[in-house]
Amino acid sequence: MALLEIEHVDVFYGAVQALRSVSLRVEQGEVVSLVGSNGAGKTTTLNAICGLVRPRAGDVRFDGQSIARVPTHELVRRGLVMAPEGRGIFPNLTVAENLDLGAYSRRDHGAVKTDLDRVLALFPRLNERMRQKGGTLSGGEQQMLAIGRALMSRPKLLLLDEPSLGLAPLLVKVIFDTIDAINREGVTVLLVEQNANAALKHSKRAYVLESGSIALEGDASQLRDDPAVKAAYLGE
Amino acid sequence: MLRTLGILALICAAAFGLHLVLDSIDAYWARIANLCGISILLAVSLNVINGLCGQFSLGHAGFMAIGAYVSAFFTTTLRYFDDAAGQYVTVLPLLDQSWGFVPALLLGGFAAAAAGLVIGIPTLRLRGDYLAIATLGFGEIVTIMITNFSKVGGANGLSGIPAYSNGFWIFTFAGICVLFTLHLQRSTFGRALIAIRENELAAEVMGIRTARIKIAAFVYGAFFAGIAGGLLGHFLQTISPATFGFMKSIEVIVMLVLGGLGSLTGAIIGAVTLTVLPELLRDVETSTGMPGIRMVVYSLVLILLMLFRPQGIFGQRELSLRLLRSLLPGRRKEGAPSAPAAFTAQQSVEAKTFFARAPQTLPPQNEGKK
Repeated sequence: MALLEIEHVDVFYGAVQALRSVSLRVEQGEVVSLVGSNGAGKTTTLNAICGLVRPRAGDVRFDGQSIARVPTHELVRRGLVMAPEGRGIFPNLTVAENLDLGAYSRRDHGAVKTDLDRVLALFPRLNERMRQKGGTLSGGEQQMLAIGRALMSRPKLLLLDEPSLGLAPLLVKVIFDTIDAINREGVTVLLVEQNANAALKHSKRAYVLESGSIALEGDASQLRDDPAVKAAYLGE
Repeated sequence: MLRTLGILALICAAAFGLHLVLDSIDAYWARIANLCGISILLAVSLNVINGLCGQFSLGHAGFMAIGAYVSAFFTTTLRYFDDAAGQYVTVLPLLDQSWGFVPALLLGGFAAAAAGLVIGIPTLRLRGDYLAIATLGFGEIVTIMITNFSKVGGANGLSGIPAYSNGFWIFTFAGICVLFTLHLQRSTFGRALIAIRENELAAEVMGIRTARIKIAAFVYGAFFAGIAGGLLGHFLQTISPATFGFMKSIEVIVMLVLGGLGSLTGAIIGAVTLTVLPELLRDVETSTGMPGIRMVVYSLVLILLMLFRPQGIFGQRELSLRLLRSLLPGRRKEGAPSAPAAFTAQQSVEAKTFFARAPQTLPPQNEGKK
């Protein structure tokens, strides 16, 4: 049984159809990436998964249960967590406070401290900046904070929305290496990326989204060699 | 629990002491001091909605009006002149004692809170300007409804309200409001409010039930606004719909912006400043011989403050011993990292210990992740 399954999901914004019968699945322990150009529906797919928009048709199942009607806060409790696009951090709160809010829905305070240590070990840069306000961090550090904060809720499935957006190439590498490390710790990752090259390199399987529907899917290594993908997304 | 009761007793004692002081000083200044107490209630309660939660509400006067009219209804309208006793007697015997207006006051607060709930559910889906307009509409609806409700005097207002408010009650309730709000700021609920203000989408995906928390903040603010309205009614002894117009809401917002939106101590300082300042400026009028100049100076003070300190007197910081110490010369340079807003010293200590304790290598990886 897959950890996450989306079946024939349609999403509308008013009269505009954003997703057309999108189906995808993420198995336990995988890194799966969802690539596509601007406006293809990548973020909408994530929003539909974590309950920020409701699909008009189709079903979303997490851990074997339908979550198409489950509110976002309940999904966080069940272990489905998103790090939103544009490094949605809390700019006027310190790094420590940001991370603390990541554990908002948890009541096991002892384990939270262990997880904080783990997150700080993963992102030593955050450790140096614990008392600094989130908004004063660099772009890369803010992205680290967004991911670290999401990890504080101890997710089974982590949804990452454009983690490399607007980062310098060196930092992009750091972020993707971190995603590998998170995955090795047992967290399943669904990654949404415009940077198809890096995303395909770091994931096991991938889906290509085009104008709201899945155009291609398969092993990431195969997609990287696919001529159509090369032409459209890898710039080769 | 015992500690809370102790603090409550302390607040009552302090308010009583203040009451005695106000009784002995010039009646004019005592009156201003009492109005300051009511302003503190208003500013601190609105700060929870506008400052902490970031929901721009222009309807605070509406909640005040509901609190004022409901409590006055119980103490004033629901009484009759008893010929035998030679005095007014209320329908509810409990309200006959001078402390008996507390139940009426609380009923006013609850009515305002209920209105906050009813209004909050549909309007808090709106953001920014849209919410401001919707709450503005709410305030107008309340005053228009009161104007057309002859049982409470309609446009003429309601007069002959017994003068039950005094320094003791005003400062007891102001103290309770400040205490509750301080506690709230430091709670999980307070952190959720701030998270919503900072980034609502991020708050939502962190598992914060944003809709519910926003409504709770609205209800909380409305309750204390209702109490403030009730206290004001029993202080002025006359209320009319005009007392609770749009300008009253603006006045409270100006207090917050002046003190620093999001700062509890800022709200208190802003409330006191904006209540006392217009009175102090009366002297300017007499000395210059220009009647009306006071409001010009008052506006000028506000404009200058916004030009030179747009974040308000306190910004989002709180007045604390730590802040005062950091301002002392030689201790810390201007521009050094400021004390974190609205978070306790204890939490920063925790942050520091994490700092010291963080392991250099990854801890065991299997624990609890599945």
